[in-house]
Amino acid sequence: MDERAKAYWKRNLTLVASLLTVWFITSYGFGILLVDQLNTIRIGGFQLGFWFAQQGSQYVFIILIFIYVFKMNKLDKEFQFDEE
Amino acid sequence: MGIQGWTFLIVGATFALYIGIAIYSRVASTSDFYIAGSRVHPVANGMATAADWMSAASFISMAGMVAFLGYDGSVYLMGWTGGYVLLALLLAPYLRKFGKFTVPDFVGDRYYSDTARVVAILCAIFISFTYVAGQMRGVGIVFSRFLDVPITQGVIIGMVIVFFYAVLGGMKGITYTQVAQYCVLIFAYLVPVIFVSLMMTGNPVPQLGFGGTVADGSGEYLLDRLNGLMTDLGFDKYTDGTKPKIDIFFITAALMVGTAGLPHVIIRFFTVPKVRDARISAGYALIFIVLLYSTAPAVAAFVKTNLITTVNEVPYNDAPEWFHNWEATGLLRFEDRNNDGIIQYHANPEINELRIDPDIMVLASPEIAQLPNWVVGLVAAGGLAAALSTAAGLLLVLATAIAHDLLKRTMMPAMKEKTELGIARITVFFTVLIAGYFGVNPPGFVAQTVAFAFGLAAASFFPAILMGIFFKRMNKEGAIAGMAAGIIFTASYIIYFTFINPEMNHAGHWWFGISPEGIGTVGMLINFAAALGVAKFTKKPPQHIQELVETIRIPRQMMKGETGK
Repeated sequence: MDERAKAYWKRNLTLVASLLTVWFITSYGFGILLVDQLNTIRIGGFQLGFWFAQQGSQYVFIILIFIYVFKMNKLDKEFQFDEE
Repeated sequence: MGIQGWTFLIVGATFALYIGIAIYSRVASTSDFYIAGSRVHPVANGMATAADWMSAASFISMAGMVAFLGYDGSVYLMGWTGGYVLLALLLAPYLRKFGKFTVPDFVGDRYYSDTARVVAILCAIFISFTYVAGQMRGVGIVFSRFLDVPITQGVIIGMVIVFFYAVLGGMKGITYTQVAQYCVLIFAYLVPVIFVSLMMTGNPVPQLGFGGTVADGSGEYLLDRLNGLMTDLGFDKYTDGTKPKIDIFFITAALMVGTAGLPHVIIRFFTVPKVRDARISAGYALIFIVLLYSTAPAVAAFVKTNLITTVNEVPYNDAPEWFHNWEATGLLRFEDRNNDGIIQYHANPEINELRIDPDIMVLASPEIAQLPNWVVGLVAAGGLAAALSTAAGLLLVLATAIAHDLLKRTMMPAMKEKTELGIARITVFFTVLIAGYFGVNPPGFVAQTVAFAFGLAAASFFPAILMGIFFKRMNKEGAIAGMAAGIIFTASYIIYFTFINPEMNHAGHWWFGISPEGIGTVGMLINFAAALGVAKFTKKPPQHIQELVETIRIPRQMMKGETGK
């Protein structure tokens, strides 16, 4: 593999790893492991942990995918790996 | 017009629409038949993926399950949406770049092995069959309740419709009917909920009303009211779970990873023109899915509150009309244990007199909230759209697995395209028949086998594809060993607890408290471990495979030699 492809792949892996960390923290962290602690915080009628489990995590998932799309398209251009 | 009149009208109109689309988009090549010629717009693909993915279970059963499980129902909400992040970031763009037709194509080519291909074909067939039987049953239920058609006839009508557009249009026909079906099902899901949310909380946005106050001037939050009602009846609080945390964790993971490994979802990303489109269409798909999935828990809380307040401690003879309608289907049962003529709903099975099948929560919600008749008809059409769209996607996977992967790629590579297309169409015909048979005579184990499907997808496809892309050193020996170990482990655990020893199927006997539903996660870990271990001690994959991996990692189509060795 040439240097350009190697550098591109490394940047891609860093991006994916950081997005998946957020993915893990919001769903498994806030929605499951820390749910009892977060449930002591209330926003309107929602207990925060319950909200993350049934609502919030889904919104975060969408945002993560769109950040990924935006960043990858930019990365493709930067490395001239984008499709014509 | 009555409920039936409206239902006939709306269901008839949507069916006419699907058939019209099928005729408009009929196809003549295998590429069109399997992957719609890779010309589907990303937004259209997003909608089609959403309809493909959201089955009768999502539309009809999920809110009901959440209503009965409370917080524990979150496993479905997170599990069936979070998988799309994995799909978008780890699988979809690379599979699109790989650019063939199916998942077994990828597994077989990447691991340069027909054994790996056949294992993948068998998994794809098993997973898809399990699923499709459930869809046909969903069609039957909707027909029998809303149109007074016997379940058998309902299933046959559904079969004819699906058969028509799947055979004629293949993936192209399915894609555009799925776009229409998505519109029908999301409209049908949201309209009644918006009404209910307005009535109960004064807020038209269910996601906000869910956390708002009850619209009776008391200023009490809806969820607090529901928690109060539940504890009064001896249940746990709605917002607290009863399942052990470790099980919630593993089930959520198995559903997420399973989602990302389901062949009928993955195949949708082969239908868009570019790698860039595959990424963004996963994002669109998730928006369209979350529209329903973020509404479902609100439906659950509304209907549950409504149900308890309108039925509990009400004399049987004064029970609302929908109560008696649904009693007729057997999905709602009242047994007057203390002979006082009053309905008692309670956590204690000794006192409880009401048995409610979770499936009716969505279907009956417009009636429970006394919405106009046309809304009831709309919900019926939505349920059918959800079931038919998923069934069609699955049938196509079955047809490609048999005609393309098994016959063309494994057994008869010399086969002409026209013959292959003919065989694919005949395969659709037979799979529709088999699926219909299971719809009429549902095997009692459908519910358990769905856990099975996710577990297998999680333990076989997801790790095999992931390592195929991200770990160049992974070779055929490792991949096959990993898939075999993952499948055998997951299958034995599920078969042991659900078929051989169902009486032992509770937390005390499970390994580390992980239920059969969540065991796919462990299966996946075993797959990774076995694959990495075996690959370490066997020889590297051949040069051309390593080059293949390098090309799928880069979106641009490189000219020969341009990667610059």
